[in-house]
Amino acid sequence: MTPNASPGMRPAPLLGLLALAVLALTIVSMAVGYAPLPLGEAVTDLLAGQKSLPALVFYELRLPRALLGVLVGFSLGMAGAAMQGLLRNPLAEPGVIGISSAAAFGAVLAFYSGLSASLALVLPLGGIAGALVATVILFILLGRGASTTTLILAGVALNSFAGAATALALNLAPNPYAALEIVFWLMGSLADRSMNHVALALPLMLLGWALLASTAPALDALGLGEDTAASLGFDLGWLRARLIGGAALAVGSAVAVTGAIGFVGLVVPHLLRPLVGHRPGRLLIASGFGGAILVLAADIGVRLVPVRPELKLGVVTALIGAPFLFALVQRLRREAV
Amino acid sequence: MAITASGVTVSLGGRPILQEVDAQVRPSELLGLIGPNGAGKTTLLRVLTALQPADGGSVDYEGATARELGRTTLARRIAFLAQGGEAPVALSVEALVGLGRLPHRRPFAEAGDADRQAVARALALCDVSGFACRAVGTLSGGERRRVLLARALAVEAPYLLADEPLAGLDPQHQLDTLQLLRRISREGTGVVVVLHDLSLAARFCDRLLLLDHGRGIAEGPPAAVLDDARLAQVFGIHALRGAHAGEPFLLPWRTLENEKTTS
Repeated sequence: MTPNASPGMRPAPLLGLLALAVLALTIVSMAVGYAPLPLGEAVTDLLAGQKSLPALVFYELRLPRALLGVLVGFSLGMAGAAMQGLLRNPLAEPGVIGISSAAAFGAVLAFYSGLSASLALVLPLGGIAGALVATVILFILLGRGASTTTLILAGVALNSFAGAATALALNLAPNPYAALEIVFWLMGSLADRSMNHVALALPLMLLGWALLASTAPALDALGLGEDTAASLGFDLGWLRARLIGGAALAVGSAVAVTGAIGFVGLVVPHLLRPLVGHRPGRLLIASGFGGAILVLAADIGVRLVPVRPELKLGVVTALIGAPFLFALVQRLRREAV
Repeated sequence: MAITASGVTVSLGGRPILQEVDAQVRPSELLGLIGPNGAGKTTLLRVLTALQPADGGSVDYEGATARELGRTTLARRIAFLAQGGEAPVALSVEALVGLGRLPHRRPFAEAGDADRQAVARALALCDVSGFACRAVGTLSGGERRRVLLARALAVEAPYLLADEPLAGLDPQHQLDTLQLLRRISREGTGVVVVLHDLSLAARFCDRLLLLDHGRGIAEGPPAAVLDDARLAQVFGIHALRGAHAGEPFLLPWRTLENEKTTS
């Protein structure tokens, strides 16, 4: 380890660069598709209110896909950074408190209702219901003044239960085709989502992001230990409540609209930590942008790679994410010598 | 004007930790909190910092309760140095010490000139300015303790409550740290320090509070608190006494068990 700490970049230029990268990738994402689309024409037609074919393709397919990439990536990245800060453990990720599994189970239940065939939004609504129920259970389990260990244990319990319930649903699937459909959905994808999905997820995510962002100063203080953070004027119970609530809203709605997309919340904070001078508070927004970049890039990748049927996004993020972790292990080993 | 704990009683998990303890932290005074392991010193310090609610009794902060003052005001008035050296290892020393300014900053506001000056003063006081840019994880244990003390000093609070600030320090830095604490107490800060070294406690503290099994056994000037009978009764030791350049000192010499077997 070099003796000097990495000072990181100044926050404004760093966030500016990351935001520019998100913007650029959003445009690329809208330009990439299975049929050539005159992007300029589509946007002009759309703004002029003309329902031309390019305008429809743009509004019905490209735009929601790119927007959801940004929203879901931002939610996963930010929630991952927040969880790692709260638990002071670099292996924490948004799924650790069990909300993602519960959202997935909620969506699987919605599959079973059969309504999802006729109403596209039943699935994400089921996911959000699952996430909300799990959050309420989590808060009841934790009660007042719970420790970090209690939180992790409660998360493990929720995760196992929701995972088992999902497996049970697969086990009881009426036919192999239904089981396959569930498995595919669970792998996560941004394909074939509409602006309704965006409208459903956006308000919940914005609220979640605001709650998560509000924890930044307390997360910085928490690095010194719980007593010291409390002595600096932070209410740790209130910090936990805001952070869990924020992560549940952001990640719950992300999983509800896209299925499970792993590794983003785990890997992105690691990559960006040196750039923010290892300050957990500054990492939150930066990781949000970083998550959006990773998800957008992976989603552009699945459309450019000539493999059909389209690769699932969750598979690709894991394939990209795992080597980053291998590299991290190597770096930690070198530093330990 | 003082922090006054009256009849404080605390039980944790059904076990009594503190029983009707009185304590007063006064401005411009260095108070030493002494007692054997498990006497309740850390718990008393946490009660005084309002980190641990008291089951019985009360703590008065210059005429107000902790609830009346609110978290932020309390955080600006009382700096707390925790036992142990928990610290974010990748952070720079300067950034870590800067965390002591959090109670003074509006949320999300960047550090201002006043904050930077306070951090620079704290780094200089603890003799750690030389490694302001180092990562905390690359410091030795003793260096890290001094950096954590600098973090507490950076709050520039009228009261400083430090739990074993000498743990892990070499003799030079033990003396430096106590001289520093005495100096800031002379400049007006009310300082409470948990100490295990009775020689240093007797030499540097203005007043001692001796705890044993959760009870306040004695309180007053070091010479009055640390008499032979109490050293035997509470610590089970016998100490040598002497004087150097007009300053009395005591040196824990042998446990009473040993004395029985050897004499």
